[in-house]
Amino acid sequence: MSTRTEELTTTETAAKLGLLPQEFEQICSILGRTPNFTELSIYSVMWSEHCSYKNSIVWLKTLPKDGPHMLAKAGEENAGLVAIGDGLACAFKIESHNHPSAIEPYQGAATGVGGINRDIFTMGARPIAQLNSLRFGNPAHERTRWLMRGVVKGIGDYGNAFGIPTVGGEVFFDDSFNVNILVNAMSVGIVREGETVSAISKGTGNPVYIVGSSTGKDGIHGATFASGDLHEDSHEDLPSVQVGDPFMEKLLLEATLEIIRTGAVVGMQDMGAAGIICSTSEMSAKGQHGMEIWLDKVPTRQANMKGWEILLSESQERMLVVVEKGREEAVEQIFAKWDLNCTQIGEVTSGDRLRFHMNGEMLADVPAESLVLGGGAPVYEREYREPAYMKLNRAFNPDSIAQPQDLKSVMQHLASHPNIASKRWVYTQYDSMVGTVNMSTNQPSDAAIVDVRGTDKALALTVDCNSRYVYSDPEQGCAIAVAEAARNIVCSGGEPSAVTNCLNFGNPYNPEVYWQFVHAIKGMSAACLKFQTPVTGGNVSFYNQSKSEQGEVPVFPTPTIGMVGILPNKSQRMTLDFKAEGDSIFLIGSAQNDLGSSEYLYSFHGVKNSPAPCLDLDEEMGVQQVVSDLIRNGLVSSAHDVSDGGLFITLLESGMPRRLGFRIDTDEDFRKDAYLFGESQSRVVVTVKPEQLDAFVELLAESDVDFTNLGEVSGDSVVIDGIDYGQVHEFRLAYDNAIGTLMQDH
Amino acid sequence: MKFGVVIFPGSNCDQDLIHVVRDIMGKPCEPLWHKDHSLRGCDFILLPGGFSYGDYLRSGAIARFSPIMQEVIEFADKGGFVFGICNGFQILTESRLLPGALLHNRNHQFICKNVSLRCETDESFITSKLKVGQRLTIPIAHGEGRFHCDAETLTSLQDNRQILFRYCDEQGEVTDAANPNGALDNIAGICNKGRNVFGMMPHPERCSSSLLGNTDGKLIFDSILNTVLA
Repeated sequence: MSTRTEELTTTETAAKLGLLPQEFEQICSILGRTPNFTELSIYSVMWSEHCSYKNSIVWLKTLPKDGPHMLAKAGEENAGLVAIGDGLACAFKIESHNHPSAIEPYQGAATGVGGINRDIFTMGARPIAQLNSLRFGNPAHERTRWLMRGVVKGIGDYGNAFGIPTVGGEVFFDDSFNVNILVNAMSVGIVREGETVSAISKGTGNPVYIVGSSTGKDGIHGATFASGDLHEDSHEDLPSVQVGDPFMEKLLLEATLEIIRTGAVVGMQDMGAAGIICSTSEMSAKGQHGMEIWLDKVPTRQANMKGWEILLSESQERMLVVVEKGREEAVEQIFAKWDLNCTQIGEVTSGDRLRFHMNGEMLADVPAESLVLGGGAPVYEREYREPAYMKLNRAFNPDSIAQPQDLKSVMQHLASHPNIASKRWVYTQYDSMVGTVNMSTNQPSDAAIVDVRGTDKALALTVDCNSRYVYSDPEQGCAIAVAEAARNIVCSGGEPSAVTNCLNFGNPYNPEVYWQFVHAIKGMSAACLKFQTPVTGGNVSFYNQSKSEQGEVPVFPTPTIGMVGILPNKSQRMTLDFKAEGDSIFLIGSAQNDLGSSEYLYSFHGVKNSPAPCLDLDEEMGVQQVVSDLIRNGLVSSAHDVSDGGLFITLLESGMPRRLGFRIDTDEDFRKDAYLFGESQSRVVVTVKPEQLDAFVELLAESDVDFTNLGEVSGDSVVIDGIDYGQVHEFRLAYDNAIGTLMQDH
Repeated sequence: MKFGVVIFPGSNCDQDLIHVVRDIMGKPCEPLWHKDHSLRGCDFILLPGGFSYGDYLRSGAIARFSPIMQEVIEFADKGGFVFGICNGFQILTESRLLPGALLHNRNHQFICKNVSLRCETDESFITSKLKVGQRLTIPIAHGEGRFHCDAETLTSLQDNRQILFRYCDEQGEVTDAANPNGALDNIAGICNKGRNVFGMMPHPERCSSSLLGNTDGKLIFDSILNTVLA
């Protein structure tokens, strides 16, 4: 049997599909002939940045992968897997859906949520919590608000109907995201150890099924689309955006977990980017087998779909399942119960060839291994150089910033700044309580605490990245993202366990962008080693930039860190709110004369170039250990880390839930603005009951961590150095309503 | 006393309800599949929250035609106890077991947050352990929860003390500012004239365990057991 060769391709066809001339030559050499259009399309999507990680894998391999809880290492499975004890494991992953969301925010964000949840339940884990990390442009722009309304509604409508609570997230605004927004979605699931399913295909003669939705023309070449720049005409790429159906996803979840219990499943993979071709090639390469696939058997949504369209379609809510021969009926019955498609479209073969047929004609014949990451997909080392702006950042002199006379105006500015103010306009549109495991609804903490039902344990979940810090100094900024994630978990009573990352950067062929990428990875490695939180996987999204008359404008580099922590005993969870008047307020960690990259410096003073905030990993580790000890010994009543907006915002956020005020004094050794609004790292605010003061001080004195008695919880006002700056409730109104007002006014 | 929780495709609060009935209230609970034609001897039917059949048309509009709902309707018509929460309430109004309809929220957004409810009558199975005027904190999570009915029906609901809960503020005052979705007369939950069918938009099953920091919802389940077992 031979492949059709009437429609031979050229380097020009290859270029149109986003392949380089040398990549076209490599394909010809792998096949020993010129590929036809279908085959070239296959390589174009599988070797796209999105699927092949060709420009990032060299550096991704340098990330720490080993840790005490690891069950599956990065890249081994669809998502990371860590043991949490009691015979249970936690599967978790974060993924981007940036380009689709920038074009069609509602569907782009919705299908991002669908895709990441499928990555979790295709492993046999039931999702129990979702998080997301969003970056938007200037909220004063109508386009930004349109994108934000669409993204939030898309995440909400999909996640709410799917029925998994959204328990945490972050939203950040900056002009650099005016065109290219970032939408990163994370899902966390629980599975019994040893009952996971792999994305593998093996066993010659085993039937291959497609299950779930029918296949349509949506999302064809989506992976290639995601691997290019956004430009003026990007909206014409709309067919590259997929359409989501959360109802179908919910049925698919239940049916999938049910078929796993039959024991008849050999392997399974969800269909995300690059659809059938991606799942067939990755599963086959992993199992070192081939497949015959009959594309005409695939249930389609419309008539007259061409073979390559079926092959590349990114229609959502579909899975590829390899079933043990002879046990088909058990699987088919379950899909019939849930009224879902379940159609055999091929079978596993020996050898390594993937052969795709349509109405008796062979459309493509390619070796599976040649398509995939770690196999034949290209790997590039890219050049990089320090961006010119870094010199400006280093040249920043804090003495050039005059201390404001009116501190209250700074406080009001920060409390109502969209980057700091409450995100309630966003998160009240997400169902955060379905499943009745979210322990943070009525008891706020730095990380979301999620009950692991049937055990004493809980998970602590967080996503963190301050894009501005990473722009200011990619290495330190990314280390801060990891440090803050770990600190959030520690302040909530948890032990940091492992990391999933979503690396959002500009064009990797731009050496200055690549420099940001390389240094972010270095910072992440150092910090993850320090906190013993290995990187279990995630995703890379390049080309996050827009073309304009000024040339390419990259987004702030944003390596989002999703971190999972474990609470061995859920009764040890810690909350962030002040509990009672008279409790002492302590700062754990050292104050610094540091204004670098703070929201205060950036938006109040308008200084766009400065270094990242101070971070010393040893000091950070010391602070986290002592906070953890304090919580374990029951010596603190609240713990809240100092982050965006500095010490003042931390105190305010702790006071707001119970409308409790505070009376504190600053330290004359530091600039007052740096002390209150600076964002130097490794600081935590805790409160201590009077009767526990002695034991508290004793424990801290034994450590070598700095601590300062700032004052006490008192009344209902903000009192600093004897000056009353107004009621906590007054600040709370501004903090709670800032984003809602912004979204309504226009 | 056996509870039954109906599972429609797209239900997503079914397991939460089963958990509360079995593990917190300690009562037997039977899952009932939407394609079934039997209530399996259950004495009290619960319709859970979620998005039955995707709810792409109008919430609850398709579920009312499911095989199990024909049994539920017959059961209710004979005086059997049926309680719908959120999507369950929507299905009950679509099935005409309860009057009125649930429209899109006033702000056209899905809203998930804690709200305050004022108990309006203790003469119902689900409020028997509450006091009139008692304030509860119970979360809502819906896009279509704005109760609506014509003036005549509203008068009849009021006259017959069929309004069980109304949205109120933290002081227990029923105000427009405290109305999260624009519901007519701040109505959050009602029962039928026969006082055997109940519906409410807020989710008591989401606040029935001290682990979650709020047990106000358990008072409603306690009321059911209190009355039914009395």
